[in-house]
Amino acid sequence: MNWIDIGQIDDIPLHGARVVKTPVGCVALFRTGEDEVFAADDRCPHKGGPLSEGIVHGQSVTCPLHNWVFDLNTGQAQGADEGRIGTYPVRVEGGRLLIDGDAIGKRSAA
Amino acid sequence: MTQKLVIIGAGMASGRVIEHLLDADPGAYDITLFNAEPRGNYNRIMLSPVLSGEKIYEEIVTHSDDWYVERGITCRFGEHVVKIDREMKVVEGENGHVPYDKLVIATGSAPFIIPVPGHDLPGVISYRDLDDTNAMIEAAAKGGKAVVIGGGLLGLEAAAGLKERGMDVTVLHLMGHLMERQLDEAAGYLLRKDLEARGITVKTQASTKAILGEDRARAVLLESGETLGADLVVMAVGIRPETRLANDAHLDVARGIEVNAQMQTSDPDIYAVGECVEFDGHLFGLVAPLYDQAKVLADSLLGRPNVFVVKELATKLKVTGCDLFSAGDFAEGETREDIVFRDPARGIYKRLVIEDDKLMGAVMYGDTADGSWFFGLIKDGTEIEEMRETLIFGPAFQGGASADPLSAVAALPPEAEICGCNGVCKGQITSAIEGGATDLGAIRATTKASASCGTCTGLVEQLLSVTLGDGYAAPQAQPICGCTQHTHEDVRRLIKSQELKSQAAVWQELGWTTPNGCHVCRPAVNYYLLADWPLEYRDDPQSRFVNERKHANIQKDGTFSVVPRMWGGITTPDELRAIADAADKYDVPTVKVTGGQRIDLLGVRGEDLPGIWSDLNRAGLVSGHAYSKGLRTVKTCVGTDHCRFGTQDSTGLGIKLEKHLWGAWTPHKLKLAVSGCPRNCAEATCKDIGVVCVDSGYEIHVGGAAGMEIKGTEVLCKVTSEEEAVEVISAMTQIYRENARYLDRIYKWLARVGLDWVKAQIVDDLENRRALAERFALSQSVYRKDPWAEHAQNSTTRAQYAPLANLTLEAAE
Repeated sequence: MNWIDIGQIDDIPLHGARVVKTPVGCVALFRTGEDEVFAADDRCPHKGGPLSEGIVHGQSVTCPLHNWVFDLNTGQAQGADEGRIGTYPVRVEGGRLLIDGDAIGKRSAA
Repeated sequence: MTQKLVIIGAGMASGRVIEHLLDADPGAYDITLFNAEPRGNYNRIMLSPVLSGEKIYEEIVTHSDDWYVERGITCRFGEHVVKIDREMKVVEGENGHVPYDKLVIATGSAPFIIPVPGHDLPGVISYRDLDDTNAMIEAAAKGGKAVVIGGGLLGLEAAAGLKERGMDVTVLHLMGHLMERQLDEAAGYLLRKDLEARGITVKTQASTKAILGEDRARAVLLESGETLGADLVVMAVGIRPETRLANDAHLDVARGIEVNAQMQTSDPDIYAVGECVEFDGHLFGLVAPLYDQAKVLADSLLGRPNVFVVKELATKLKVTGCDLFSAGDFAEGETREDIVFRDPARGIYKRLVIEDDKLMGAVMYGDTADGSWFFGLIKDGTEIEEMRETLIFGPAFQGGASADPLSAVAALPPEAEICGCNGVCKGQITSAIEGGATDLGAIRATTKASASCGTCTGLVEQLLSVTLGDGYAAPQAQPICGCTQHTHEDVRRLIKSQELKSQAAVWQELGWTTPNGCHVCRPAVNYYLLADWPLEYRDDPQSRFVNERKHANIQKDGTFSVVPRMWGGITTPDELRAIADAADKYDVPTVKVTGGQRIDLLGVRGEDLPGIWSDLNRAGLVSGHAYSKGLRTVKTCVGTDHCRFGTQDSTGLGIKLEKHLWGAWTPHKLKLAVSGCPRNCAEATCKDIGVVCVDSGYEIHVGGAAGMEIKGTEVLCKVTSEEEAVEVISAMTQIYRENARYLDRIYKWLARVGLDWVKAQIVDDLENRRALAERFALSQSVYRKDPWAEHAQNSTTRAQYAPLANLTLEAAE
């Protein structure tokens, strides 16, 4: 693991998301009502909708374009839709957000 | 071997023949199509909307020039046929001969012209084809007086269209009441009243003696001696089959060209179809039997057995706002009995004619919703004894109300598409039901059917009841979503009565099954809370759909559109310069003028939004809320400022209303318009709330729609001052805000509560009106502000438009 500090949890609105640009594309960081943080692709496999703009509910997000719902734990589309978004290891330490650089194609800068 | 088929006349009947032929066997015939009109097939039924200006010609074209070319049809449009030579089997056109193996005569009908003196003067027009329609539109553009001779379907549609185009119209009708072939006297009376209310003068028992004028028509002289000034005379007394070519060719012709049940004339190689034929003593003027004939004729040409049968017909008038229906035979007779229903206040009249326990005829005016049901009873000769007592109230009162639609759904093939949005067909839904999806929510979850626009929800529910039979009880009211058992209405009621003032309180007190709702219920609950507790509850952006959270409309590629407000559609050179500068600075790919009288900048990147807003703010421009379930625009015409017809300052009132209402959140979008006179150039009568100015004040209209559904408004009330108009509209907006379910436009909500209830609340009860307007003002004290400025100036909010981190750049360091 190669944890990279990308900001603090309060930078993400509660029930909201922010985008991090990475070598593998845009990754969305979601913050749930319980202050859990998830990282996943910011691109819906259906029509490319920006998931970071979706409504976050429970541990899921709804795509703003056509209402596909994804479980943020597994990245699996829910209900009738078939598809999956990539998820990335992320953790919160002392209010700081840390993302796994290896998983997002980022070699250690150090 | 390919045979030569020549068709004379490119109308709706022959057009349908060609479609059937090409569908069944494209190689069977080499087709040549003559048409005296210099164009192909268009939907003649829609000429009336073209005349009234509701449609344009291009919208009613059925077969374009390309359509004929692609199908290898030789078109001889604008060319008259001179004669048919049966010996040589040749059709002689003005520009040359065409031999045929089979010939179809589809010459349609010609208008009947009363041979009174002056009938051939310029300025006398019949009403048959596009050229006639265009001639009327052109004449109407000069204004003045029009006299329409003939009070039947065509004449009345012409009269309504000409009135719509601003002419002063008089209808002359020979008989005692209008449309005497389709309507009885009572319905004719109501129709006359409606037409007169629109400003059309109707004279019955009026016989035309002459059309007066030297070089062109100037007036119409009646037998009674009365003279009516006329700049335009429209002759619409009837039509007769156009049989000249058939007569000259010595085919059997009575009133029309005689055909057998295979549509064959007395010459076995010559067929006829449409309004020019006579079959078994019948002539045809409506489109349904013509289409039946077309199918039969195509089969005959392909050597397939088929017979044409005359069916009962129903009539509808295509004059917007005049709702009438007539079917069957409604003449009185000794063995016949009538059931009549009248509601004078609403202008409703229904009459059923019964003979031997069967429905023979039906005439309806004002409310024709049950027309097709009655028509079915007439056609099928259903015994009505059992339901006689409630028959006139329609299918809803017959217990087995849903029998008809259900059997229609049951009859659909498995590949029939039910949900157009998601491309789900009946078979997928029935297998989902058989696989255990036994309610609407489960169907949506497993197939997506009815999960998008929702207009097919009724069909899906019918499929559920067809497939599950008694096992499916259509729920009386649907819960908001899977997170709760409560309906929208219950939640609204409980939020008020239990004084629930936060989302957490709603989840807890109302027993939500999810921690914080979902994308369906949370926006609804957020709206209900802010509408009911404007001071206590704070709008939660994270419970809003992206457009309302980011104050811009998301596009399919993830960029946004930015629409600054233009109060009442008025702008200035400075504003336009600021918009142009912003478009340049942020590389806006598309700049579009919207239907709401403002300018849309499309393709703005999310991170540029605060920047472009700041720039626009500096020029005094604020958010147009083009993205919100809230006040969108107030569209206006120029009114008394510039227009020679304007009766009030419609632009000024529009701006006043927009300044008063902007920023308000509503259950769904709210569009307004103010028209300066009844010509209604601002299209106020298809808005959620519309104002039509008249000399004596302001008519306030509500409940229009022009989206997925199209609906004209109903008049709420009339007021005499601008102040009163603003107060009524504030109260209307607030009562809608407080009571409607989330995502119901005003028209949908009105369909639930009824206009009368709303009138009682805000037209009749002045105290309540004032209280509603005050509550609206209180809410506006919080929400009447520019969200763009707030977001652009607040550094925390502003930051959220940019990425949290950019890990692609560091690699270069």
